[in-house]
Amino acid sequence: MAKMGILIDINKCIGCGACEKACKMRNDLPVDLENNLSATAYTVVQERLPNTYVRRMCMHCENPTCVSVCPVGAFTKTAAGPVIYDKGKCIGCRYCMYSCPFSVPKYQWDRVVPYIQKCYLCADRVAEGSEPACTAACPTGASIFGERDTLIEEAQKRIKDNPDKYVDHIYGLHEVGGTSVLYISSVPFEKLGEPFNINLPDKPLPMYTWAALEKVPTIVVVGGVVLTGIWWITSRRDEVKKFEIKHKEKKKLTGKGDKP
Amino acid sequence: MKLPKVTFWRIVIAAITILGLYYTFIRYTKGLGAVTNLSNKYPWGLWVGFDVVTGVGLAAGAFIIALTVYIFRIDDYKPILRPAILTGFLGYSLVAVGLLYDLGKWFDVWHPIVFWNPHSVMFEVAWCVMLYLTVLGLEFSTVVFERLKMHRLNHLIHIMIIPLSILGVILSTLHQSSLGSLFLIVPTKLYALWYSPYLPLFFFISAVSVGLAMVTMESFLSMRFLGKGIELNLLNGLARVNVLVMAFYLTLKTLDLAGRGVLGDIMSTRFESIMFDIETLVQVVIPFLLLLIPAVRTSAKGLFVTSLFIVIGFIMNRLDVAITGVEASSGTTYFPAFGEIMISVFLVTMGFLAFAFAAKYFNVFVHVKEKEEGPVEIIHDV
Repeated sequence: MAKMGILIDINKCIGCGACEKACKMRNDLPVDLENNLSATAYTVVQERLPNTYVRRMCMHCENPTCVSVCPVGAFTKTAAGPVIYDKGKCIGCRYCMYSCPFSVPKYQWDRVVPYIQKCYLCADRVAEGSEPACTAACPTGASIFGERDTLIEEAQKRIKDNPDKYVDHIYGLHEVGGTSVLYISSVPFEKLGEPFNINLPDKPLPMYTWAALEKVPTIVVVGGVVLTGIWWITSRRDEVKKFEIKHKEKKKLTGKGDKP
Repeated sequence: MKLPKVTFWRIVIAAITILGLYYTFIRYTKGLGAVTNLSNKYPWGLWVGFDVVTGVGLAAGAFIIALTVYIFRIDDYKPILRPAILTGFLGYSLVAVGLLYDLGKWFDVWHPIVFWNPHSVMFEVAWCVMLYLTVLGLEFSTVVFERLKMHRLNHLIHIMIIPLSILGVILSTLHQSSLGSLFLIVPTKLYALWYSPYLPLFFFISAVSVGLAMVTMESFLSMRFLGKGIELNLLNGLARVNVLVMAFYLTLKTLDLAGRGVLGDIMSTRFESIMFDIETLVQVVIPFLLLLIPAVRTSAKGLFVTSLFIVIGFIMNRLDVAITGVEASSGTTYFPAFGEIMISVFLVTMGFLAFAFAAKYFNVFVHVKEKEEGPVEIIHDV
């Protein structure tokens, strides 16, 4: 299946909040609009600068941090693009929240049995060949759904056709190895706040921990061999010592072995 | 029935227990949000930073002494073995209990056994801690079997003890360093003085240092309150090893900071820089300098004070990495709620009580002299 994604054109967003409402309807969430992403808001539109709106949602990374850090593998990056969550597997350690470079996963802090909540790119609708509720609801085409490669071409075309209206940067093309959700804007991204962090490396974050994790088998094998080796030497040394002591005692007792 | 005497410490312990149980009740009936100051912007707090990340480090003494006695076969340290293993076992048990408080779905704590993700550092830590807790339980079981005169079971452990110790050392090396690897995933969130590709190495070395210090402190406190402890010359030996460990740590840390071009940042007046400086002074620099003085190294009080520095500095370091270091990037501030603090205090208190109980009813502090008496030696070899 082709890898799908969303292109968000900040220039076209009028901040109407139709995407938020559609998302809330689709997911049976309380309808009152919220200021920030939360356990009851998978997407929000925030006015960052006068008349400049940034829609927040899960970036659906190509090599997602949450998928890599989760100790029980509760997150999956599907072939179609969405990063989905299995609440049955989750143990509630919140490592995904701690490590997500875009601070996307949110928690049900007030619940006795809490779950992580985040945008899942309407994975069920995408699997049926349809599009997510938010892009379907967008009246201006500020959020469009499509194949990621096609969206990249479209973004490049818009930047090329209107170089004075866009900064030459598709956010999400390379950041942390690329994301399924892409942004283009007339305002430099570093002035817009989250999720735009220009310090993020192009290297996927899971590679940072893998550099340490991949050494585990070596440590086990080398450690096992070295420790067993040391034990063998020290125990042999003790045996020899014991034998020598015994031998000396024998000599003393029998009186033999002393120089005549 | 005789009522227990009312003393200051008993009142304190009773108060802590009542508050601890109260907040435990709230946590399990109202959820994490009702007890903690955690939020969507600050998902990890005191319970992860102290109860888990710090707790595992503080219990590192067990594997170091097991390595010394069973693998290096330095018999002089046998008297330290049992208290160290007891501390390790209790420490890791508390970590497990702490996790049951912190995990949102605590009843699914066993999930890593069946749902695997080898790409997750947390998965590796979970497995190592589970296995190592088992190893420590088996290592300590010999003390229990001995007390209950179950000689055949005791003999069984005796046969397994070398492979068990080797396994224990490997598991400890892995998860002590992996607790540092946990933070490799946040290169842009964790403040530059702490974020380093060598975090796993720093975590491992500092765990060795604090493990040695904890054994020393326990011994001092046991001598004071239980009248049972360890000979000074042995603790002196541990302190001398610790001087080398701390020198190594300090050298690596300096090279790492210089190599990443952030060494100048320690002179900054930023909150993080000041915290980093205090932590490094207390954890390494001051105890290192103190231990260079022979009068400090050879007195029980001197060793206790230096160990206290190392332990406090170590706790600061872990809290800095897990909590303080990510505060600036979180966009909010965090200070643990009273309930959070009480639960941590409650767990630590339970640990102390369990240690005192075990030291009283089991043969934890065995003295060198007893070794010369024939029949006791079998027990010591286990």
